[in-house]
Formats: sequence, C-alpha cells, structure tokens
Amino acid sequence: MSGAQMLLECLVQEGVDCFFGYPGGVTLPFYDALYDHPIRHVLVRHEENACFAAEGYARATGKVGVCCATSGPGATNLITGLVDSMMDSIPIVALTGQVSSSLIGTDAFQEADTFGITRSCTKHNYMVRNIAELPRIVHEAFYVAASGRPGPVLVDIPKDVFQAMGHYTPVHSIHLPGYKVFTEGHAGQIRRAAQMIWEAERPMFYAGGGIIAADASRELQELTELVDGPAVTTLMGLGAMPSGHPNFISMPGMHGSYAANMGLTQSDLIVALGVRFDDRVTGRLAAFAPHAKIIHVDIDPAEIGKNRTPDVPIVGDVKRVLQKLNKVIEELKPAEAPRTETARRAWMHKLRSWKQEFPLAPVTSDTEIKPQHLMAEIDRVSGGKAIVTSDVGQHQMWAAQLVRFDLPRLWINSGGLGSMGFGLPSAIGAQFARPESLVISLVGDGGFQMAIPELATIASYGLPVKIIVMNNGYLGMVRQWQDLFYNNRLSSVTLDCFPDAEKLAGAYGFKGRTVTQPHELAAAVDACIAEPGPYLLNVKVSPFENVYPMVPSGGAINEMVMGPPQPAVVK
Amino acid sequence: MMQVISLLVENKPGALLRVTGILSARGYNIESLTVARTLDPELSRMTIGVDVEERLRAQVIKQMNKLINVLQATDMTDGRSICREMVLIKARTRQESRTALLKEVEIFGARVVDSSTDGFAIEATGDPEKLDEFIGLMRSYGEIEVARSGAVAISLESKKLRLQPPVPTRAAGSLAGNGVLNG
Repeated sequence: MSGAQMLLECLVQEGVDCFFGYPGGVTLPFYDALYDHPIRHVLVRHEENACFAAEGYARATGKVGVCCATSGPGATNLITGLVDSMMDSIPIVALTGQVSSSLIGTDAFQEADTFGITRSCTKHNYMVRNIAELPRIVHEAFYVAASGRPGPVLVDIPKDVFQAMGHYTPVHSIHLPGYKVFTEGHAGQIRRAAQMIWEAERPMFYAGGGIIAADASRELQELTELVDGPAVTTLMGLGAMPSGHPNFISMPGMHGSYAANMGLTQSDLIVALGVRFDDRVTGRLAAFAPHAKIIHVDIDPAEIGKNRTPDVPIVGDVKRVLQKLNKVIEELKPAEAPRTETARRAWMHKLRSWKQEFPLAPVTSDTEIKPQHLMAEIDRVSGGKAIVTSDVGQHQMWAAQLVRFDLPRLWINSGGLGSMGFGLPSAIGAQFARPESLVISLVGDGGFQMAIPELATIASYGLPVKIIVMNNGYLGMVRQWQDLFYNNRLSSVTLDCFPDAEKLAGAYGFKGRTVTQPHELAAAVDACIAEPGPYLLNVKVSPFENVYPMVPSGGAINEMVMGPPQPAVVK
Repeated sequence: MMQVISLLVENKPGALLRVTGILSARGYNIESLTVARTLDPELSRMTIGVDVEERLRAQVIKQMNKLINVLQATDMTDGRSICREMVLIKARTRQESRTALLKEVEIFGARVVDSSTDGFAIEATGDPEKLDEFIGLMRSYGEIEVARSGAVAISLESKKLRLQPPVPTRAAGSLAGNGVLNG
C-alpha cells in the first residue's frame, strides 16, 4: 500500500472515527486515499479551526482529537490550536504534509520548517523520513498525546512518503526509553497525605483539569464526602463536581466566588489535585493561602513545586492516587470523632454560609438584557447537562460563574491560552463527538467574528449547534480593564459593526435572530434550543457590564472587588 | 551561579533543539555546550553550562527530563562530579620571552602542539576556572587567540539510569484506558 493508505490504516488502528482538516498541494496523495476510505474527514474552513475542532472532539470525549493540514501556510495556521491544546493538556495528533524530501530546505513552494516551528508548541513532534518508519511514528504519536500529561503531537509527512509504496506491519509495542510516565503515586506520601487530611482543621480540595483528564471526578467526590470537606474547581475543572453537590463551593481565582477565594486563603491544608497553581487562580503568589500546608498531586513532575512548593508532593495519575488515598483515608478514619471534628464542621459551615451570603447570582434588568441574565437562561435550558463551548473573555467568566455543569467534559473553553475564536469550531468538534447532545456555542461578538467562516461547516454538515452570541458591542474584557485600570480610555475595543444575525444565518441557510429586550429573551432561547438544526441567536446585552467579583491583577485573591464602585453620596 | 547539566540524549533529529529550547524559552543564555556520541552510537552525552537562578534550577532539570528524547538529565552542580575542558591557544611571543612562556606551559601541565618563529600553539585541559587562569597568564605574554571546547562533566555518584520498558500498543489490544504505564 501507499504511505497515504498506511497512514489511514494507522488511524483506523487507533480508533479514529473522524478527523478535521483542510487539503492542499502536498497532501493530495493523502486526500486521494481518503476518497474511498470509510473514515470521516470533516472539511473545515480554516486550518486553525481544524485544530480547535479536534480539541472540541477531544475535550468532549477524552479521546485523541486529530487534525490535518497541508505544508507551509496550512501547518502554520495550526499553531494557535497546538499551543491552546498544550496549555490545557488536550490530546491532539496533528498531521501535516511537507514538501517532498528532495525539496526540503530549498524554499520550495509552500515549504515551511514545520518540525522546527512546532517544536516548542507540541509535547513532541516528528518528521517522517521514510515510509518504513511511518507506522511506528504515528502510533507513537497517539501514545504520547494520550498518556501521561496529555498534549499535542505533530507528525510532519513529506509528499514522497505519502506516495511511496510499502507494507504495513502492525506495531505491537512502543519503545520510548526516555518517556517517563509516573502513574501510581508514592505509597508513603499517600499515607502521609491521608494523615494530614484527617489532622487538618480547615481543609480545602482544589481540583482542576487533571481530574477531568484522568476521569477522576467520581474519586474526587468520594474523597470530599469521606471527610466532608469543601472543594473548589478551577475553570478547567468545572464539572468535576456536580454543581449541586453539598461539598462543592465554586470556582476560585480572578473572577472566582468570595467563598472559594476566602476558603483557599484561610485554609490550613490545600489538597491540590491536577492543578498547576495558575496565576489566574492564585493571584499574588506570595499572598496565596499563607496558612496552608500543600499536598500536590500531579502526573507531571515539573508542575510540582513550579509555583508553590508543596509539603507533600505526589507524582501520579490523579485517578490512581485518589483511589489509593480514599482507601487509606477510610483506613485511618479515627474510631471516635477526630480531634479536629468541631473545627472542621465549623469550617464547612462557614464556607456554606459564605456561599449563601455572597452568591454568584445573576443580575437582571427590565430595560436591557444583562449578560448575567443571558447566562441564567442558558443555565435554565441546559440544566447542568448541555455541552457549552466558549471563547475567552467576559462571556467565558460569566458562564463559568453562572452556568451549572453536572458532569465532566460539558464545559469546553480555552483556559490557559485564552484563544478568541475557539468557541465555534470547538462546538463543531464536540457535536461530531456527541451527535445526540445539546451543544451550545456561547461566544462573544469578538470571538464569533473570528470564527464566522465555520458557519459554512456547520451548515454544510447540518450540525445542530446552537450559537448564542453574547453581543455587547465591545471587546468586553479588554474594555473592562481599560475602564478599571486605564481611566476608561476605550482604545480600539469598540466592535460597532456586527452582521444582521437573521440575514447572516439565512445566507448559510439556517435560522438566526437578534434579541434586544429582556422580556423576549426566555422565548428566544427556547426557540433557539427547540430548532432541530443549527441556530444563530444574537443577544444584545448591556455594553458596560463588568465581571465581578474581580481580583485586580497583582492582588491577593482575598482582596476581591465585589462589585462596581457605588456612586458617592453628595450631601 | 553556573549550573552544569549533563544529559543523556537519544541521537535523533531535533533533540539538541528541544534541550536548548527549554533554556531559550526562559531567556537563559547557554555559556557552554558540548555534544558527542557515547559508547552506544544511538545516544549522545550533552554537557551544558548555563547561568540559572538558584530557585529555577530544579525546574529546568525537570523540564529537560520531560523531553521524550532525554533519557536522563542531571544537575552536576548538586553532587560529586568531575568537570574538564580543553583549550587551544595560539600565543605570539617575542624571541626573548619564549623560554619563560614554555616554563609556564610546563608548570601548568599544558602541551605545545605547534611551534614557529611567531610563537606557539598550546593545548591545555583542566577545570574551566583553572583554564581561565592559564589563559590570563598566556595573555600577559602578548596577543593570543583562544578556542575552548566547552566543559564536559561526569558524575562520580552511582546513579542508576532508569529506562522505560516497551509498552504494548492499542493495536496489540492491551493498552489500558488512556494508555498509562506504571512508573
């Protein structure tokens, strides 16, 4: 068979049922082989979105997402998606075509040094030099992408390798002597952690994307129940605890809740599970949780001690570690109520009352649609069950605060990199992965306009994605910072031209609508969700609403600004 | 403080770039770098001298150990180790100072590898700081040209090299879950 056919065979062996791509000159042999192959190729409208769609697929399922692009501009267009998946630890295999081996290094047409360019934005990358090594490399790529701390792996394939003829011999084992994956966790450290958890008076479970990646949400819930301790989940960890779980507090960080941030600050033991002490969570690092001892569980040894030195480091797969930890916790459970029992009860009570006293509650108005009102509506139709994808910015933060997620892999957003234009293509990937699920692409008017070409993909495949644009006419989060920190000098943040949603969707052959009045909102959202096919709902929200609570950049997370400054009383 | 890192690296395309990329991504300038094959032609030994802030040194080693082509990265500044460098010096001397210069060469244990009426070519090996002194000394005799090899280092501690065993593929039908292996 040809190299192109061999690549497809490898994809089949890896269980790939669909992938996202855009063809070009050097991938012609590959697309020719694809012509009569059962594997499904989704033609997107821009390579960046191929990678974002693959991410949506991977985030919705936990499987490796696959994208494909041609050499040169095709490959360079993938970069943002690769970095995005690197930052959020999403398993991606990116296949790129390369000019024929004999032309490499000659500045040939559509040549770029993809292998060199993508070195720093992939977990690992390969250039295939001959057909004999193609199957080994492709299977290695899938293994590396999915194992350990997941991430993107790129395989660059010259055109002559696609064209060469060879024999596919199945690859039975992968030998990467230098690829160290530690999954089990140190038994002694796990025991020490369990002891510390029982001894703590104000324990706090701080869980993140690692819980989702390791499929450990059940174990996390079990742990919080065993010791009746409070848990916060990061932006990447939303859904790891069902929103209604009695031990779930909410999201901490820059736009986190009062209860979550004060809880972390006053805690005497933070159990960090699959998190990386990101600056958006910790605020000023030196002031973060000053009284807390830290237990840090992560599969990536380089995360341990990167930002905060733990008292008990545990390198391992968080699911395996939690399974063991929960056992030891039960084993060590004091026969009588532990010495710390009273303090712990008071602590849990304190967090629950903070949560009630300072809720993340939607603001509404009779005259204009508040963005929080829109989130409440989305929350209503989702009921904690829908897949919601988002870009980055105000809408992302309000969604994270106000839309409930009762299961992992429902909340799909660009966390670490914060890529605009992520919400729409990732919804495409999620919908392909979960054809029966309700997929809401919740985007800002800025991010949406970066991704408009993908409306064609949605229309062409008849994907029932519900696109809801939170349209405030501004690059909202940047405007918020200009408002708060740059004397409200609004520089280049006005997005004053937005297409007519009905006409725009209509131009692609599906329905769309703009709503402006609060009393129309509920019905409009219902109609959008009830539509069997795609729908574009453009919601004009009040333009100057800011996201609160907010920890100003460089502030400690207990120094939250809870709301807009109140007008001074003039006597 | 200068950190000397010793790495055992698979001899594969891009491996050097991956290692140096970890340093350049953080804005560190590499002071010296040597790479050569080991007894196993598929592996290379790399020694890097780099000035890294104290608190980041462990992080840099961890990041390097994460690289798939790196079998082992060790901070040589931590344990007992030997570090040596070679230098070639072309020294121009006047007739009257030739003898004095040769005496210095002898005291230092360096060797003359070429001699002409203009001066000498001298080869010296030693601890990098010792070489600094020797080069300083040679300069006092006149104009010199210097080519240094960069440091090579070897650990005196018996640290076991832990290599990962092969893992069955999905095609072989037994890759568990998302494909994690025991560590």
